[in-house]
Amino acid sequence: MDFNQSAEDNLFDRARIVGKPHARIDGTLKVMGRAPYAYERNDVAADQLVGYPLCATIAKGRITHMDASSARAAPGVVSVVTTLEIEPLDRSENNVARLFGGDLIEHYHQAIAVVVADTLEQARSAAALIDVSYQQEQGVFDLEAAWEKLDNTGEPLSDVGDVDAAFQTADFTLDEIYRTASQSHAMMEPHASIVDWSDGGKMTVWTSNQMIEMNKQALATSFNIDPDTIRVESPYVGGGFGGKLWLRADAVLAALGSRASGRPVKLALPRPLVFNNATHRSGTLQRLRIAADAQGKITAFDHAAVSHTLPGGSGENPVNQTRTFYAGASRRVAHQLIDMNLPESADMRAPGEASGLAVLEIAMDEMAQKLGMDPVEFRILNDTQVDPEDPSKPFSERHYVECLRQGAAAFGWEARNRTPGENREGEWLIGHGMAGAYRGAPTLDSGARVRLQGGRLIVETDMTDIGTGSYTILAQTAAETMGMAMEDVEIRLGNSAYPTSSGSGGQFGATSSTAGVYAACLALQEQIAKHLDVETPRFENSRVLAGDTDLALSEVANGEEFVAEDTIHFGDFKDDMQIGTFGAHFIEVGVHAYTGETRVRRMLAVCDAGRILNPITARSQVLGGMTMGVGAALSEGLTVDLERGFFVNHDLASYEVAVHADIPEQEVIFLDTTDAASSPLKSKGVGELGICGVAAAIANAIYNATGVRVREYPITLDRMIDQLSNAAP
Amino acid sequence: MRAFSYERVSNPAQAAARAAEVPGAKFIAGGTNLLDLMKHEIETPLHLVDVTGTGLNAITETSNGGLRVGALVSNSALAADHRIRRDYAVLSRALVSGASGQLRNKATTGGNLLQRTRCPYFYDTGMPCNKRSPGAGCAALGKGASSRGLGVIGTSEACIATHPSDMAVALRVLDAEVETVTSSGETRRKPLDAFYQLPGDTPEVENTLEAGEMITAVELPAPVEGHHAYFKVRDRASYAFALVSVALIQTPEGKGRVALGGVAPKPWRRDDADAALPQGASAVMSQLLDGARPTQDNAYKLTLAERTLAALLAQE
Ligand SMILES: Cc1cc2nc3c(=O)[nH]c(=O)nc-3n(C[C@H](O)[C@H](O)[C@H](O)COP(=O)(O)OP(=O)(O)OC[C@H]3O[C@@H](n4cnc5c(N)ncnc54)[C@H](O)[C@@H]3O)c2cc1C
Ligand code: SF4
Repeated sequence: MDFNQSAEDNLFDRARIVGKPHARIDGTLKVMGRAPYAYERNDVAADQLVGYPLCATIAKGRITHMDASSARAAPGVVSVVTTLEIEPLDRSENNVARLFGGDLIEHYHQAIAVVVADTLEQARSAAALIDVSYQQEQGVFDLEAAWEKLDNTGEPLSDVGDVDAAFQTADFTLDEIYRTASQSHAMMEPHASIVDWSDGGKMTVWTSNQMIEMNKQALATSFNIDPDTIRVESPYVGGGFGGKLWLRADAVLAALGSRASGRPVKLALPRPLVFNNATHRSGTLQRLRIAADAQGKITAFDHAAVSHTLPGGSGENPVNQTRTFYAGASRRVAHQLIDMNLPESADMRAPGEASGLAVLEIAMDEMAQKLGMDPVEFRILNDTQVDPEDPSKPFSERHYVECLRQGAAAFGWEARNRTPGENREGEWLIGHGMAGAYRGAPTLDSGARVRLQGGRLIVETDMTDIGTGSYTILAQTAAETMGMAMEDVEIRLGNSAYPTSSGSGGQFGATSSTAGVYAACLALQEQIAKHLDVETPRFENSRVLAGDTDLALSEVANGEEFVAEDTIHFGDFKDDMQIGTFGAHFIEVGVHAYTGETRVRRMLAVCDAGRILNPITARSQVLGGMTMGVGAALSEGLTVDLERGFFVNHDLASYEVAVHADIPEQEVIFLDTTDAASSPLKSKGVGELGICGVAAAIANAIYNATGVRVREYPITLDRMIDQLSNAAP
Repeated sequence: MRAFSYERVSNPAQAAARAAEVPGAKFIAGGTNLLDLMKHEIETPLHLVDVTGTGLNAITETSNGGLRVGALVSNSALAADHRIRRDYAVLSRALVSGASGQLRNKATTGGNLLQRTRCPYFYDTGMPCNKRSPGAGCAALGKGASSRGLGVIGTSEACIATHPSDMAVALRVLDAEVETVTSSGETRRKPLDAFYQLPGDTPEVENTLEAGEMITAVELPAPVEGHHAYFKVRDRASYAFALVSVALIQTPEGKGRVALGGVAPKPWRRDDADAALPQGASAVMSQLLDGARPTQDNAYKLTLAERTLAALLAQE
């Protein structure tokens, strides 16, 4: 099905099921422990062995010698594969560092051997017996040292109007430097796979991955085998956040271990490897300048940033949102990638947007303050309904101003204290802050197959549910389209034997995959119409209605199975407009007047994301984003050892994500909007919108509480304690 | 984790004797720290002597008006004991600020005293660490190292790690003593401060225990009059080790005692600092942190310690 123009009035505008709250259909399985995650799938292949990785302890250089003889002789060990025994594996286009093979070390904790044994304990202790010598080389690990490059940012990504002139004539200007930290996805379930490649022929991979087809292709590239010999299954994923978009070492090592041992092998990355072996969000350094006239109208943005990557990577581009979020005739944005020898940086939830808005939305607060304007009003004044770089391009739908106004009203924004540092409750300085949120709403082609078996409909697509609620919204979509009850629909996901979907990522998953299921259902309807020889049938109450025909769906096929498959193709008409999601965050914090500890007390998000397919699962997505935003603002930062070149805090005790006690009352309001340009369901994503802007809203609230402006994340107490005034009231 | 043998013993003297006798033996109590360290091969005992059956689970009153806390009393049980809550509130508060409910149910009094540092380099066997491998060097003192959580005082050229226990900080301010049994069956007793050793050139040695010597109890002297407070400062609201913590007992006249956690290789307290308490937080810290040698990363702890004490004093 081609989606080549904006959707017209359709069944989803009169929906019974789509858009209504529906508890997760996989919820019972999950709370009962009956939804098996990759590492727990003991039943899928007999005689599984356990693999354990050995990883490099230098950041850059070469391995000069490896001796695995003691490991091979250790109790329970079946096989050992070292990196020196394997030619460097080919890299798929989405991998920057090599996953295995050869003597070259590109980053700390790069996998250099896998030990396969009867038990985890045997494999782990044998891995420690492998003797490795290195020839170490000097690496580059310091983003601060990339400072100079900020002055000469190379080719700007865009340069419209006359930025320099705008700054010369502006009544108000801002020019500040900000820093965001490298972050880890730190998902609950580490990367894990079971691989059966026992005979070196067909390969079956039970894994935890967001993008099944991409994963399959990457495996084919890595091992130089025919993709058709590979089957990948990933029906349940215990969190990904972008960290499981790509093929990673777990599946590669399990495959090599399986081939070597002739048995299926399971392998999970030990927690430290989630930080230094897998990918992370790169830290950034950003210089942001804003110019405005005396009335508060922005006349120019100048945003330059650096982030780091292994050579060939993409880093974290934080300047893109600055191009289109606010009005202003002139703007220049540039992002410089610095090649560094830290582990591979790649996408993490709202890649670029999260770090960019963490900065832009502090700068907007600072600018409002200079202008003596309310930060909400300042944003409203600078709203735009067209792409400011190309005013001929409208936003398909943009209700940012409504987010701001509704949020301000619901939060009680008017009643806040406006003089920083003057609202105190006992030992706590109370502050309020807000920020805008903006994230694009991309869609990717997405396929599905539907099977009508009696009165039941089975939906098959390689779409994944990474905790997001895909099972539920796809069932809603299919039930709605086919006029069936939710209970009569079964959803099968995450299997490369099913049609290729968008996968999960970039907040494109829900909108793309529901449209794919819709397309497949329409194909089924056509088949049924042809079979019954009727025109434009209606599907209601599990029946087909057309003219004199009134037949239960269960009777249509006469015991046979009807199978239909289709893919939704999103047309390039979308290129003529900006399609985005918008939001506003309002936050109250307490900052301890003596210690500088910040605790969030109240959070509100208002989101404009088109039709909300299921308010329960969508709300969970936004809550999760807000929670991750609290971590980004206050505690999550990978600390680099600048000499040895690795992330030092590589466990969950030292890389501190928010815990329950950090998360206060959270409220989410969805605007009742639709976006016909987005998809037939008129929905957009929310999974990444929820994190956008949260960190800045907290930073702004800290400023309001204390009068201290911290421009470096995470805002830990050591970054402000020297500036906190005498604590005594 | 290396392969190891395991046995259960039923009394402390037997435990001590076995631990001295079997090469590479170590005690295991709740296992909440030791097992993690064994999985990383930071600790590699060849034999474990499980002491959880030695019956040291009681909190009993002593003849001099104090309490004797058996080495196997769990952190949860100790924190919840009504006598502790009434007469030694600083200890109860310190305990509940540590770890999580589940961990406190498993963690024991003896094990808590002997938990190892949380220095991130100690936890990464790819990094040199004098505490883990004597003589290997200290990664935390490297040029580009991260030492934000590490010690500012009592440290040495060989090691700047802190002792992470909250409980021990409260015990220090209460003048608790550690009771042990040696491998020859002798009972010994040491003030907590003398029990812990500073790193000097031998950061691998953290206390005065001899081979096989087992902690049997912690003895609390008669209750100390005054208001008991424990303030733990951390980056998140729960389930995190202290950046700095302050244990305070203060009388209405303003006299009292102060001990710090998160700054040194052992709970940090000085008599002259206690004496300065009536003069306020700044006076206390100029004694207590005299001679501090912070790194650039952790110099904030000096300010933080003073402000944290000031916060407690303002609460009085
Ligand atoms: C995630 C996490 C968070 C934590 N957070 C905190 C925190 O915030 N604050 C805090 O204070 N602590 C914290 N802890 C540490 C926790 O308090 C300790 O792990 C616990 O107290 C250790 O007690 P255990 O009985 O489990 O000791 P074990 O792990 O059994 O033993 C620890 C050591 O003590 C030795 N040992 C045990 N008993 C005896 C004995 N009777 N005599 C001689 N030697 C003995 C063992 O040989 C071993 O070397 C945390 C731990 C974890 C895992
Ligand atoms: S500070 Fe101590 S524990 Fe940390 S690396 Fe140095 S020697 Fe090891």
